[in-house]
Amino acid sequence: MTTRSSSSPESSLGLRLDVRHLSTSFTTDEGVIPSVADVSFSIRPGKTTALVGESGSGKSVTSLTLMRLLPRTAATQVAGQALYTNAKGDTVDLLQLPEAAMRAIRGNEIAMIFQEPMTSLNPVFTIGEQIAESLRLHKKLDRAAALAEARRMLELVEIPAAAQRVGEYPHQLSGGMRQRVMIALAMACGPRLLIADEPTTALDVTIQAQILQLMGRLQTETGMSMLFITHNLGVVAHHADDVAVMYSGRIVESAPVRGLFAQPRHPYTQGLLACLPSQQRKRAASNEAREGPIGPRRLFAIRGQVSSPLSPPPGCAFEPRCDQAISGCQSAMPGLRLDDDGRSARCILTPQSVSEVS
Amino acid sequence: MSKPLIEVKGLCKYFGATARPLRAVDDVSFSIQQGETLGLVGESGSGKSTIGRTLLRLLDATDGQVLYRGEDLGAASGKRMRTLRSKLQMIFQDPYASLNPKMRVRDILGEALKVHGLAPGKLARDKRVAELLTLVGLRAEHADRYPHEFSGGQRQRIGVARALAVEPEFIVADEPLSALDVSIQSQVVNLLCDLRDQLSLTMLFISHDLDVVEYLCDRVVVLYLGRVMEVAPTGALFAQPLHPYTQALLAASPKPDPLDSSIFTPLKGDIPSPINPPSGCVFRTRCAHALEACAQTVPPVQNLGNGRFKACLRDDLAL
Repeated sequence: MTTRSSSSPESSLGLRLDVRHLSTSFTTDEGVIPSVADVSFSIRPGKTTALVGESGSGKSVTSLTLMRLLPRTAATQVAGQALYTNAKGDTVDLLQLPEAAMRAIRGNEIAMIFQEPMTSLNPVFTIGEQIAESLRLHKKLDRAAALAEARRMLELVEIPAAAQRVGEYPHQLSGGMRQRVMIALAMACGPRLLIADEPTTALDVTIQAQILQLMGRLQTETGMSMLFITHNLGVVAHHADDVAVMYSGRIVESAPVRGLFAQPRHPYTQGLLACLPSQQRKRAASNEAREGPIGPRRLFAIRGQVSSPLSPPPGCAFEPRCDQAISGCQSAMPGLRLDDDGRSARCILTPQSVSEVS
Repeated sequence: MSKPLIEVKGLCKYFGATARPLRAVDDVSFSIQQGETLGLVGESGSGKSTIGRTLLRLLDATDGQVLYRGEDLGAASGKRMRTLRSKLQMIFQDPYASLNPKMRVRDILGEALKVHGLAPGKLARDKRVAELLTLVGLRAEHADRYPHEFSGGQRQRIGVARALAVEPEFIVADEPLSALDVSIQSQVVNLLCDLRDQLSLTMLFISHDLDVVEYLCDRVVVLYLGRVMEVAPTGALFAQPLHPYTQALLAASPKPDPLDSSIFTPLKGDIPSPINPPSGCVFRTRCAHALEACAQTVPPVQNLGNGRFKACLRDDLAL
């Protein structure tokens, strides 16, 4: 099922997770679909890396590949390395581990929260039993001790009347409460890396604010790292340390959060930020200050739409929608250029390029 | 002040048993002037969509009135309503669910024309369909395709074209962007803006995305648990929200700026059940400023002048 180039895992310079050249493709009746292609990013201890992109950009497939949770029935080809530094300080390649070793990590050292709190809890078990399950499995607690610990976890995620809630079923809880339960479940074994796949997308803004605050608090208290998958740039701005922007299965830009928002280098990132109405207002305000009142306001829009993965453009994937494209963009997919300041962008127009990531 | 195009007076919509109904919309009043875009914001369960549907009589109101040019839509006969629907149209949230997958675009748009006797004859109809597709930024040859052959953004354009086919005066746009990606959202926002200006449409724009509402709307109605909390011109509302709920809502939506370090305390708890809403002010259970009096009386919507209204007892708050 899994094919990859072999090389021994090397130490990852104090990174908690170092993903190198990760690729995942699915074989379908219509052809091979490269959902994730040559994706490299890293997560520092205690920090949050955000993976940003639109639907179909490969964010979720990346996270499922890392967790080795892709359905076995899907004909997948996975390549690359995901070097994870575990609690003992050893670096292992998640993609190479035997299934048993992976099972010991999954839900234990690395946990995951999914987008839909409605569908990711089991409706026929009480929430206490669901939290206790991972504690019994990984921490070898007995039933009573695990349930007591489950109750403590519910208190940790600020669920009121935890003693009573522990015996309730998912349908008895609101959406925000269910997402808190999901977090309690993920946090139960004290993970060192939490993968959160659009954890607040299904929630209202006031509930989203509660959940994000909770996740931030837990991260400060435990020192865990987070891979935060989202399409919401507002959430990214406030809750990420590093950002990787994906487009059509590839990372097009990665940078520390402040640098990315202050000076996006890839035309796609620039477009994404310019699309936001609040950015448009800021631009309009400064234009008006300079040039006096302007005509009818228009939002910046990235024209066209994402190309089909079955017939990708010959060169840069973003070229058909890019306003800055030049003829050279059509000849080949640009490499991810690494800059001196640790930022990288996949665009032949980025001026500061010094060296290319192999 | 000219006569409003749409007037909503004391609108109520309850669902379920008469003894303990689900109060989706409770005593909501507002008006929409001709040419105006009114934003309707609130969290899930606040009654936004129910109001939109009741306005077009896709749902019948439990109580209250909806007036279109002074005519009570609740009293209109089925036949009259059908005629009126050519003036009142809707754009739906989910472009995947709101287009019939078995119909070609030509028939989806043509059906609306046929029902209202517009562009009679096949030739005239095909011409109008082509015109509509061009209007929303698609191509005339797209008429022969089925909905599944389009992306989400394109489908939403077809949904817009269908609403515009009958040359309406008033459009209810129910979260038309929430199923779309950011880069596509701005395309559709621009389309809606252009069409509104071109065809001088009046619009009720239902959304939970405050950023887009601020951009697109002239005035905003803020709802919570089926009741109006605040009404204000967009600029004033975003510059200085007066109701504690509006303040919390604005503070909770994260700004796409890492340097914005404004600190706020998120609202506690969840939206209460509309089957058993809190007594008095429905927001008091989550409000940081609630007093005992808030549990006693339902705060009336007070006119504060300059087009601003709020339903809150706490006039003493230095806001």
